[in-house]
Amino acid sequence: MSLPPFEVVVADHGTTVLRICRAMVGTDDADDAWAETFLAALAAYPRLEPNSNVRGWLATIAHRKAIDQIRKRNRAPLPVDRLPEVPGRCGEPAPRHDDLWTAVAALPTKQRGAVLYHYVAGLPYAEVGQLLDSSEAAARRAAADGMRALRSTVTRETS
Amino acid sequence: MTFEPDILTRLGQHNDESLESMGRLHARLVEAASSEDLVDVAYRILDTPVGSLLLAATTVGVVRIAFDAQCHDAVLDDLARKVSPRVLRAPARLDLAARQLDEYFSGRRHSFDLPLDLQLARGFRRLVLGRLTDLDYGSMASYAAVAAALGNPKAARAVGTACAANPVPVVVPCHRVVRSDGSAGGYVGGVEAKRALLALETANRL
Repeated sequence: MSLPPFEVVVADHGTTVLRICRAMVGTDDADDAWAETFLAALAAYPRLEPNSNVRGWLATIAHRKAIDQIRKRNRAPLPVDRLPEVPGRCGEPAPRHDDLWTAVAALPTKQRGAVLYHYVAGLPYAEVGQLLDSSEAAARRAAADGMRALRSTVTRETS
Repeated sequence: MTFEPDILTRLGQHNDESLESMGRLHARLVEAASSEDLVDVAYRILDTPVGSLLLAATTVGVVRIAFDAQCHDAVLDDLARKVSPRVLRAPARLDLAARQLDEYFSGRRHSFDLPLDLQLARGFRRLVLGRLTDLDYGSMASYAAVAAALGNPKAARAVGTACAANPVPVVVPCHRVVRSDGSAGGYVGGVEAKRALLALETANRL
């Protein structure tokens, strides 16, 4: 197996990485984080092992870029207050899809990271733990806590 | 209580808005990558009278032209393997090639003036390509004649193989090489495309 053209990587994972960036740094700065993530990925791409988890690799880069961006912004790494409410037209509730992602963005940092990197990007807990500066077990717990919080959001939505 | 699969499904879904953002973000990536010399292979698709052509270029020049029949995705995979995996759809770098091909297909251009990167053709095949560029617009030569011109009259079959492996058809005119009996012979883009190119040139020859 050899590496597919980078264009295929962008097509396959571009929207997922954008989701991750938005949840990490907020909608306003997500484009910058996305562009820097893919530029860094393109530079390093020829050295990537074929058959790697490309989505997980991109998430790892996005995580670093998000931290850079948050540092640059020099404010607390919680983008919650920056995320706009997404009101539906004519007073209808917004699409459930956006509600879920708003809920992801609103999770505490570790839970959010654990959900994004494990459930969205497909990284094993050991690697999630490294990204989040915690143990594998702590990453697993944070992901479970995060999913429980999202589940209660969904339950509230549907009840 | 099976909410979790539902949540996972929804986390994996893409809405229309994020797909729309991709156009803008892709253009931004290409611009940044180009200014940092990170696009090793740029490509675009060009619509022509013989179907859509894939055009690909390195920083040296045009490295690959491919017909629909060759399967563009397979050709891009091949470029990623043989040249570099840093392959991006970056149309601007192929503006000059696209313009000259448009002029060629409208009959206004009889020869190409493009930088070429012939790294995908080596040895005897490379020699054949060099010989083909001497064939005039609207003219034809037999495989045997090209072999003879290369000083190896018995290599007609090898000339045919070299034509079939031409990485930059149309621009390097392997379509002007035909069988000794006057029939068209094979072509990378299919024999229909070959006949169309020969007819185009015959019609616009001075």
